Amino acid sequence: MFLDFFYLLRARGLPVTLNEWMTLMEALDMGLAQASLTRFYHLCRSVLIKSESDFDKFDQVFMEYFRGIETPEQLPQEFWDWLAHGELERALDDHGDQELFARELEELLRMFEERIKEQKEEHHGGNYWIGTGGTSPMGRGGYNPTGIRVGGKGRHRTALQVAGERNFKDFREDTILGIRQFQMAFRKLRQYSTRVEGVEKELDLDKTVDETCENAGMLSLAYERPRKNTVKVLLLIDSEGSMLPYSRLCNRLFQAVSKSNHFKDLQVYYFHNAIYDQLYTTPRCKLRDSVETTWLFHKLDAEYKVIFVGDAAMAPSELHRPGGNAIIGIYNRETGMEWFNKFKKRFKKQIWLNPIAERDWDYTYGSATIQDIRSIFPMYELTLTGLEAGLQKLMVK
Amino acid sequence: MSNKKFNGSSGYVVTQDLMDAVNVSIALQKPLLIKGEPGTGKTMLAEAIAESLDMPLIVWSIKSTTKAQDGLYMYDTVQRLYDSQFGEGDVSDISQYIRLGKLGEAFSSDRQAVLLIDEIDKADLEFPNDLLWELDKMEFYINETKETVKTKHRPIVIITSNAEKELPDAFLRRCIFHYIAFPDEEKMREIIRVHYGDIDQKLCDNALEAFYEIRKMNDLQKKPSTSELLDWIQALMVSGVSVDDLSSRMPFVGVLLKKNEDIEVMHDIKEKGYSLRHW
Repeated sequence: MFLDFFYLLRARGLPVTLNEWMTLMEALDMGLAQASLTRFYHLCRSVLIKSESDFDKFDQVFMEYFRGIETPEQLPQEFWDWLAHGELERALDDHGDQELFARELEELLRMFEERIKEQKEEHHGGNYWIGTGGTSPMGRGGYNPTGIRVGGKGRHRTALQVAGERNFKDFREDTILGIRQFQMAFRKLRQYSTRVEGVEKELDLDKTVDETCENAGMLSLAYERPRKNTVKVLLLIDSEGSMLPYSRLCNRLFQAVSKSNHFKDLQVYYFHNAIYDQLYTTPRCKLRDSVETTWLFHKLDAEYKVIFVGDAAMAPSELHRPGGNAIIGIYNRETGMEWFNKFKKRFKKQIWLNPIAERDWDYTYGSATIQDIRSIFPMYELTLTGLEAGLQKLMVK
Repeated sequence: MSNKKFNGSSGYVVTQDLMDAVNVSIALQKPLLIKGEPGTGKTMLAEAIAESLDMPLIVWSIKSTTKAQDGLYMYDTVQRLYDSQFGEGDVSDISQYIRLGKLGEAFSSDRQAVLLIDEIDKADLEFPNDLLWELDKMEFYINETKETVKTKHRPIVIITSNAEKELPDAFLRRCIFHYIAFPDEEKMREIIRVHYGDIDQKLCDNALEAFYEIRKMNDLQKKPSTSELLDWIQALMVSGVSVDDLSSRMPFVGVLLKKNEDIEVMHDIKEKGYSLRHW
């Protein structure tokens, strides 16, 4: 009977599957909602929704479908005035007559609508009209297990309006590219070798067999070092300025890389538009949090896989003129292009990931500088396919 | 179907919706996935369930190196090889070299058990996928002995995650999900009462005020959580420092904030109302 609800959830972009829906039906058959709306709400949520970032969306769909009073603004202003005048609150243990409360939601909402039409004055402490401190199913500060609370602070939280409070708004994030998808892609950056330092702790079967044979059949165990990933990554991220629209996307990429614990080493630095004498340790690109780029060249060996992330869109002077640095107060003797070429010489493998879609590279603002940078580094768009192709490039010998 | 019901326990404050989620997962025989900020009592929930339902608790703590196979069983080949060399034990009986893991232990337990898979997100990305069949069917096959380990009593499975890694969809579909929200002040008082029954009212009020003030600072890298608040209150009680204007003096602030930068940021905000120390 709720099948529409299922489709509504899916239509609103919640990844609910048929299996989960059937589980919910099973749960309802078992009476797990116990004829309580709040419990029904929690039951739906725990069975159907698997991430707190979707809770807010779910709350909205729930209200939309069950036609609660989702936007209190829809109520006539008079109701708010009446409620504002009386702040009488009912003692929390005073439940009134329990039997009166068995009401269906449909009926309740119908009543509520009728009562809005009927009610012409303030009511407080009664059991029929919309007001404060009473046992009527509508109003606030009172007690009714299935009622509608009209604004004010939740005291019993039994009403459908728990959903209306939208407690999970802060967790909401509209998924562009999941961190997990990024992480899966980064698994491609693997190169196993036993030639890394470490304790020999894994049984080497071939060697054990050989040594045991040589030992005239008496067991002789041979161990080897576990195989470890030898890939080292240098991640350089363009931040601020024209990159701001992509900050969420880049943040996900950053999260995915920094959570990937399979790299032998990971270094992250930031730059603004192009790279000159300094690289920054924070996305704010402030001089006091900077390191010398040449120091980095000395510190890191050529095996580091370099990933630039940036839109490569800037004023041509930033790439081609000494002193083109966009950060005011810093003069660069060597141009951005020269610095990028130094990177190309210093490291064996490097790619550039661009959040701008590939089809726009020839037309968008900054297409000239995009071309310039593409002449140095292979560039890929920052999508799953682009990322995969780029990482592939990094791994090719 | 089990008709067991979880109603909270004396040492653990549980909200109605969490209690419902636990009961739904018991009734539907599906694993319950618990997420929430660190220190909101995710791990303690399993202990509370085991205690209140009087069941043995089997804890499988996941580390970054844990493999799904570790939870099922381990075949001790080296021991068998040694035994064959030195003629000890009955080498032809492979089953004595099979050691059950935590999952295997929970499956073969004679009583229904509570199985806690703690911090599943610590493990490899593929780890949850490798457990799908075992958690679905509650059985697994031991290749070496050609035996199938089946559950005698389906364990109640509680899985916790700190959201360090995202979990695969196929795995999520099979779980009941609950997010433990950070307790509001009222709930927090109840939690404090459960832990330190006869606490001085003024200490409790002032500590909570200072605590929620810090929680509101969005510039902190790691906001203090329930367990840190409880430690802090204990430190305040044991030391017997004056509890007047706690929020301006902030004694033992290191118990609440574990990072130097965070302590500096907190002082900045308290003095100037904002902080320019960005991470």
